[in-house]
Amino acid sequence: MAENITKDKVKSIAKLANLSLTENEIEKYSKQLSEVIDFNVSKLNKVDTDQVEPLLNASGLTNVYREDKVEPGLTSEDALKNVKEIHNGFIKVKAILDQ
Amino acid sequence: MTIKELHSKLKTKQISSSELTKEALEKIEKGNSKVAAFLSITPEVALEQAKHADALIASEKEVCWLTGIPFGLKDVIVTEGITTTAASKILEDFTPPYSATVYENLKSVKGVLVGKLNCDEFAMGASTENSAYVKTKNPWDLERVPGGSSGGSAAAVSAGLVPYALGTDTGGSIRQPSSFCSVVGLKPTYGRVSRYGLIPLGNSLDQAGPITNSVEDSAVVLNIIAGFDPKDSTSVKKDLPDYSKNLSKGIKELKFGIPKEYLAEGVDPKVKEVFLRASKKIEDLGGKIVETSLPRSEQAIPVYYIIMSSEVSTNLARYDGIRFGKSRDFFGPETKRRIMLGTYALSSGYYDAYYLKAAKVRQLIFEDFQNAFEKVDFIIGPTSPILPFKFGERVDNPLQMYLADLFTVPQNLAGVPAISVPGGFSEGLPVGLQITANHFEEEKLLQAAYAFEQATDFHKQKPEGF
Repeated sequence: MAENITKDKVKSIAKLANLSLTENEIEKYSKQLSEVIDFNVSKLNKVDTDQVEPLLNASGLTNVYREDKVEPGLTSEDALKNVKEIHNGFIKVKAILDQ
Repeated sequence: MTIKELHSKLKTKQISSSELTKEALEKIEKGNSKVAAFLSITPEVALEQAKHADALIASEKEVCWLTGIPFGLKDVIVTEGITTTAASKILEDFTPPYSATVYENLKSVKGVLVGKLNCDEFAMGASTENSAYVKTKNPWDLERVPGGSSGGSAAAVSAGLVPYALGTDTGGSIRQPSSFCSVVGLKPTYGRVSRYGLIPLGNSLDQAGPITNSVEDSAVVLNIIAGFDPKDSTSVKKDLPDYSKNLSKGIKELKFGIPKEYLAEGVDPKVKEVFLRASKKIEDLGGKIVETSLPRSEQAIPVYYIIMSSEVSTNLARYDGIRFGKSRDFFGPETKRRIMLGTYALSSGYYDAYYLKAAKVRQLIFEDFQNAFEKVDFIIGPTSPILPFKFGERVDNPLQMYLADLFTVPQNLAGVPAISVPGGFSEGLPVGLQITANHFEEEKLLQAAYAFEQATDFHKQKPEGF
């Protein structure tokens, strides 16, 4: 299965990933992603996995519970320390709705 | 010098931690201009912590091996109040408001943090060339890479700038640079050491571990950083042995399996030669060398790249330039490449064919190890199929670079512990011997590594000029 990841496909993945790519990068990733996917998937497809359950966690742990007890956490001042723009203790972001 | 030697000097008051720290800071200043292992040096923090260590030593209370000993941390380990960049421009001005549990552990025994170490951006790479700041050099040959992604940590220990450092390992990032720089690097079992406060690459794969000058040092650092952490629900509640206690147990009658797939194509003959000599040594020590098989070795890299990239694409979604860090335009090329690959593998219409398929083959790789460990105690092989390479040789060829991880990614996929110990040299370049054990068998793993180390003198050879 030869994967050809077109430049248009690269643009739509970049949009999903919230990355703005240059024309140069789009060209390069189109070629490199096609190569990498093709190499990887052709090897995976050699293995029959019809009866196999996926492994999502190698430690075998399932649900982990703790007591519902309040512990000290970050103060809001500390939590906001790396924020670029703050307004009255809130994080300021660009408007996402029309006024 | 090893941690053991420094500890005895501190304990017998031949030197104070403050003096030791000043010496270390001077050594770093000189040596770092050659190898560029550090991203930041923290003299104020170090001298303050050394004062606390000296007070503890003076109080005649029980002190730990690590008390008063300088160390460095890979810069993906967050440190409260100390800039942590993950070697990325996106975190250039990020000052974490909390500390990773592994750093808290080292602070609690009065260890001394002297600085943060270079790595590939967000730990993505096998050469440390993907750092957005500086290219760390291999102390054995300054024209070659130190390996990666914990290249700064391995180079700093190898050049004697710090007695030990912590790295992180997602697909070989502790073991491969340790092999390239001829030091000891341990990746513990997934769940043995807390991941709280590690800037994540692949959450289901990442583990922190020590990079040291000796196997005994590896054991004493593991003693302090291992254990259950309520802040990391993937860390496991399990008894903690004293890893340094029974190191000299020996390896008589223990079985060491060489997977037949490991010595097939793709291994540099020079690496193979050194490895076969190392396996002969194991036989001389009474270990039994047998052939074993990990039939899905060919699939390890493909599974790894799909799963790791998928985890990367979701993990790195947090960098929105709003709550902390800069805008997403500041990601480097390899980081973008992996975000793109992962986003594609998880996108609607492709998820079953890529991510789910990879997770299923991962199950088979896990079972390969379980089957092998029914017949052998350890699996051995070269840590890296290739010798340390020159700068620029592989950086824009992702497939070539990914193949450098051939022998180290299966352990992360299966969650088993593995160690790289100095295994010899080829034309002056280091070759690591990798030993892998079953889940939570770090004690046995360290015993085997210790037996090999004590019977050889590769770990005593140091690069010139430091």
